[in-house]
Amino acid sequence: MSTMANSGEEQIAIRAPAQSGGLGASAYFGTPANTIVTLLCLALLALAAKVAVSWLVINAVFDGTPEDCKASVGACWPYLTAKLRYMLFGIYPFEEQWRPLTATALFILAITISCIPRLWSRWLLLGWVVLLPVLYLLMAGGAFGLAEVPTSQWGGLPLSFMLTFVGLVCALPLGILLALARLSNLPAIRILAVTFIELVRGVPLISILFMASVMLPLFMPDGVTIDKLLRAQVAIILFAAAYIAEIVRAGLQALPRGQTEAAQALGLHYWQYTFLVIIPQALKTVIPPLVSLFIGFFQDTTLVTIVGLLDFLNTVRTALRDPNWQGIAVLEGYLFAAAVYFVFSALMGAYSRFLEKHFRVGYD
Amino acid sequence: MSTSGFSGLFLLRDRRIREVAYQVVCIAAVVAIGWYLFQNAAANLARQDIATGFDYLSREAGFIISETPIDYQPSDSYGRALLVGLLNTLTVALLAIVLGTVVGTLVGIARLSKNPLLSRLMLAYVEALRNVPLLLYLFLWYSAIIFTLPPVKQAIALLPGVFVSNSGLVVPAIVWHSGFWTVIAAIAAGVVAAFAWRTVATRRRIATGKAVPGWPVSLTLLVLPFVIAIAVFDIRFEFDWPELGRFRLTGGAHLKPEFVALLLGLTLSASATVAEIVRSGILAIGKGQREAAQALGLSSGRTMRLVILPQALRVIVPPLTNIYVTTFKNSSLAIAIGYPDLVMVSNTIMNQTGQAMEPIALFMLVYLGLSLATSLLMNWYNARVALQGR
Repeated sequence: MSTMANSGEEQIAIRAPAQSGGLGASAYFGTPANTIVTLLCLALLALAAKVAVSWLVINAVFDGTPEDCKASVGACWPYLTAKLRYMLFGIYPFEEQWRPLTATALFILAITISCIPRLWSRWLLLGWVVLLPVLYLLMAGGAFGLAEVPTSQWGGLPLSFMLTFVGLVCALPLGILLALARLSNLPAIRILAVTFIELVRGVPLISILFMASVMLPLFMPDGVTIDKLLRAQVAIILFAAAYIAEIVRAGLQALPRGQTEAAQALGLHYWQYTFLVIIPQALKTVIPPLVSLFIGFFQDTTLVTIVGLLDFLNTVRTALRDPNWQGIAVLEGYLFAAAVYFVFSALMGAYSRFLEKHFRVGYD
Repeated sequence: MSTSGFSGLFLLRDRRIREVAYQVVCIAAVVAIGWYLFQNAAANLARQDIATGFDYLSREAGFIISETPIDYQPSDSYGRALLVGLLNTLTVALLAIVLGTVVGTLVGIARLSKNPLLSRLMLAYVEALRNVPLLLYLFLWYSAIIFTLPPVKQAIALLPGVFVSNSGLVVPAIVWHSGFWTVIAAIAAGVVAAFAWRTVATRRRIATGKAVPGWPVSLTLLVLPFVIAIAVFDIRFEFDWPELGRFRLTGGAHLKPEFVALLLGLTLSASATVAEIVRSGILAIGKGQREAAQALGLSSGRTMRLVILPQALRVIVPPLTNIYVTTFKNSSLAIAIGYPDLVMVSNTIMNQTGQAMEPIALFMLVYLGLSLATSLLMNWYNARVALQGR
């Protein structure tokens, strides 16, 4: 610093801001190599745009029969309109499909409201406690003049949402308990928790789903059968709990030891200080990674397809087997499903980033 | 106070006794539930007349497996069928890990490009892969191969000798003969020699402060044994080039649609995660490091290779472990598109024998073992690249 001080002009020259990139044309055409990169990217984009437009619009069939689609090389829009309701709601009785529609709409509305941190309160929790039985009633029926619909006929997007939501709501408390158990001073409890967590995390979800669908019936006493949907749901809960436990553990370990000591000094016993002091703070720090985990689980629920449940991916897949449309609109079906998953996952991802900013708080 | 002294509950006032009591209750509950389930299972199995134990492994399998890296006939045992499945799992998972790491690293570095067009394109790539379930992609790739590609007799030549059609991918194959083991040994010797020279050269440079020829010698050591082996043993590389006949492709190695779709899906999915890991690893290295390296006069390539990457690796390796293990586990989705991996073979065995518990337990054990082995290997590497105490 001091050696520079005698020549002010030099210092200014040195301090002149470097070209930081991202501004102006130099970011695209600064050097020959960069120019080539830009041109290659532009070519790629142009190609992608050309393929997309010709497939989606120019060569597409907007109105017509399966035969029209077969003859064309573009997208088959009539397929989507013809199979939309099946893809969204599966084999739910056609006349009653307003019920899953209403339930899904209410659910999405409630989730959206619950995403606003300012509205987090006991009232919101109470709202959910009221809403969930209503949603169940809408789906299952059997009261208030609603025809009964067995769970074997539930399907499509509502089922995917349900598997994700119920899975996470049940897995969260279980995961918290597992995380506490893993950090416990009591060796037997710690070992049990570690065994469960590592066992579940070490195997693929599909093996747990297999266990639930094939092995669980074997473990039940004679005459007791568990609903197929419930079995898959239990598998998802156990699987999610192990992963949630590890994230919550990170949050617990990140908490300064002083918090526990202060709570103990106030005379609170284990369950009091854990649930009044430690858990609320630990959870707050791990909300962003938890939301990222939730996105993963929303996608992982597609695995129930393999054990034969009609989740959204499976309704899309079975819709393609319609004899009238077989082999005609395969890409259309999967791309539609991909778009739906993308929108929901991307929204959750954006929300996760928002929360990360929102919760950027320290303890000191 | 004194009244409760007679009930025995006073013992629970002692923290140590309470702790022991908690643990005893917990273990008792787990044992009781386990015992109850075991009893039910035993009763159910006896009633349904299902065999137990692993005797089935030596019985004749009797089903066909579409991809067999080792010799396998339907007359072989269930045990061998499982081995074929395991080898298929390992093949596709390892290939996906290697390819995914290479692609992911490139994408991760490109994500940090100063060219906004390139970095955004890479962002789109990563987001498209991370926001759509892998299983959906598997179905999509598989159907794209089956339904949109032309039949074999109109196979498209992607590159000379590489054909795609609705029955998969056909690539040139090297004709294997016994002399290749010498070549492989020679390549291995070359790699060892090159590494050894690098270590020696670095040590001597540090000791003497004089420049020691590094890469020219390394390269020579790397290539020389290979060239000698080929010259001495007179080994010729013959390729089996696929040729498009009138009705079918002859020659080459045939990769089935199931394998191609699975490999593609796993590779892309792994690459997206690897890209994010690499990117955050490089970003984690402070700007000061780069500036200091530039101030010392290092070129940008050397800055990356000598300063940024060695440090970034410390941040990158632990999450990389996770994604490798995840790729192994994700390869079990093979069953959805019919690639005969360990899970699919187990599933067939389950259906044939009626025994569910043993095959499931077996493949869970294998995945657990693979996960643990990968973690151990990565932990060893991690310890090597960790910050050395000074």
